[in-house]
Amino acid sequence: MDARTQEFLAYVQDGGQAEATDWLPDEYRQKLVKFIEMHANSELMGVLPEREWILRAPTLQRKLALTAKVQDEVGHAQLIYRVAEDLGKPRDQMLADLISGKAKFHNVFHYPTKTWGDVGVIAWLVDAAAIISQKALLKCSYAPYARIMKKICWEESFHILHGRDVILAMVTGTDMQRELVQEAIDRWWGPLMQFHGNPIPRDEDPMYVWRIKSQGNEEARQQFLEGYVPQIRELGLTVPDPNLHRTDEGVWEYSEPDWDELRSVVTGHGPRSQDRLAFRARYLEQEKWVRDTVLAA
Amino acid sequence: MIFEVFRQEKKGQPFTHAGSVVAPDAAFADAWAREQYGRRGESEALWLVPRGAVHQVTEWADEFDLKYRRVDGYSIKERLRIARERAGTTPT
Amino acid sequence: MSARAQRLLELADDELILGWRDSEWTGIAPTLEEDVAFSSIAQNEIGHARALYELAAAELGTNADALAFDRAPDEYRCAAFVELRLMDWAHTIARRYLYEEADRVRLDALKASDDAELAGLAAKIDREETYHRLHAEMWAGRLRDESRFRDAVDELWPYALGMLEPVQRPELGRRVGLELVDANERGSHTPELAELWNEMTEVRRSAPGATW
Repeated sequence: MDARTQEFLAYVQDGGQAEATDWLPDEYRQKLVKFIEMHANSELMGVLPEREWILRAPTLQRKLALTAKVQDEVGHAQLIYRVAEDLGKPRDQMLADLISGKAKFHNVFHYPTKTWGDVGVIAWLVDAAAIISQKALLKCSYAPYARIMKKICWEESFHILHGRDVILAMVTGTDMQRELVQEAIDRWWGPLMQFHGNPIPRDEDPMYVWRIKSQGNEEARQQFLEGYVPQIRELGLTVPDPNLHRTDEGVWEYSEPDWDELRSVVTGHGPRSQDRLAFRARYLEQEKWVRDTVLAA
Repeated sequence: MIFEVFRQEKKGQPFTHAGSVVAPDAAFADAWAREQYGRRGESEALWLVPRGAVHQVTEWADEFDLKYRRVDGYSIKERLRIARERAGTTPT
Repeated sequence: MSARAQRLLELADDELILGWRDSEWTGIAPTLEEDVAFSSIAQNEIGHARALYELAAAELGTNADALAFDRAPDEYRCAAFVELRLMDWAHTIARRYLYEEADRVRLDALKASDDAELAGLAAKIDREETYHRLHAEMWAGRLRDESRFRDAVDELWPYALGMLEPVQRPELGRRVGLELVDANERGSHTPELAELWNEMTEVRRSAPGATW
């Protein structure tokens, strides 16, 4: 590592932040763009499982709340892509790389949604897992990214509220509604446990080393379990892991997540990966004329 | 075109940079920025500025250490201590 | 059902079904910035529908959700115009543009109504529609020279006319600069409505009377 890069590394490890116009080491810039791009892709792809349920929402209030939530996700994608664009990667290139599979998006958005129970579980638990990761970006060494996280975290807090409300309505409703919630938790638990990534020690995680993230993967997962397992259990719902328990030292132990599944899914082999990418590609292609001609400044 | 968005959260507060939108002209930037930065009623007002109109200043010359222009350029504490001693008014 | 309730349901159903259609663009609009803005329009429409249903519900002794979701497809009073599935941008903007123009003619009349409640709600809706109109006009201006947009406007024109009472149609023709043609009259539904209704009410029908 050359001296200038070493100096930059020490600077960020000491809490320093960089701006878009600052000199950035190549390695840092590359890792940063890749990380930010995956985040933007995830917000954008996350829209697809949820938008089907906007159309099927069973009350006007739920329809409005879910539309607003999904609108936020699109808004987040816009905020995050803009940061990557200002780091030099054009938006249409990022969308092309998403479609081709060259760039990735988070595991949870490769799975199907089957019932209204999924709508609640996604807003309550998947968004909770995401908000933990997002809070760890509030102090990102790259300042433009850190700054947008404030708005993102603020908006995510509404999603969790909405998710919790949907879940509570169902668990206090009919037996069938309650079963929908439990069944959704049973299906989503595996992907949720994989969500924060394998437990690589944080000093071996380049994202932490460069202070792009301020916590390691396992730390994030522990925070999720600590916050949400009690919330799940207090509603009389169960977590489908017989090995899940909290030690006396306050550490959550659990069955080893299926890391092969995670690897397979994020490389585009999830149950809905290809058809969701194809859906997105179809509309991008269909409306290309709008971007190319009408919106050219 | 990129339009920088500055938002004022409440009346009387300064406008702070909130992000940017890609739009072909000011009308589209208005239609889009007002939703991205105002749909939850979170902004009192927005300023939309084409990025090209923003001139950034990031470097200053400070070769001669002109301390008199900064708070740390004054050694008030020490002189006050001496003055109080002479006047016999040093607090015990 | 009183003429007033029928009128309210007509207006509410138009806004609900168009809002539902517009919400189909969530996540797939031409740009991310437009996606966010378009979603607000869809939400506003659902909000208008809700307010109109609430007025009707007070009179009919029911609630807004029941009116929005628990009627059979042939009981809806929306115009065919809003039922059409138009998943391409030229048609979508053509509909937005024509709908907003027609709605303004309609709202102007309602604001002058001696029904104070309805006039008040129409004024509120109209204030929000100002932004919808700006958006539609902005896009129509950009698409003016695109033949696919002009063709879409021509194609949808008879439907737009069908949204309004015959006496209001000449005003609409004047505002958009188009000659009057035979309207696709309100009163019969497209097969698309039944398909939309199936999807829209799927979850609700799975547990009738349940709280969601």
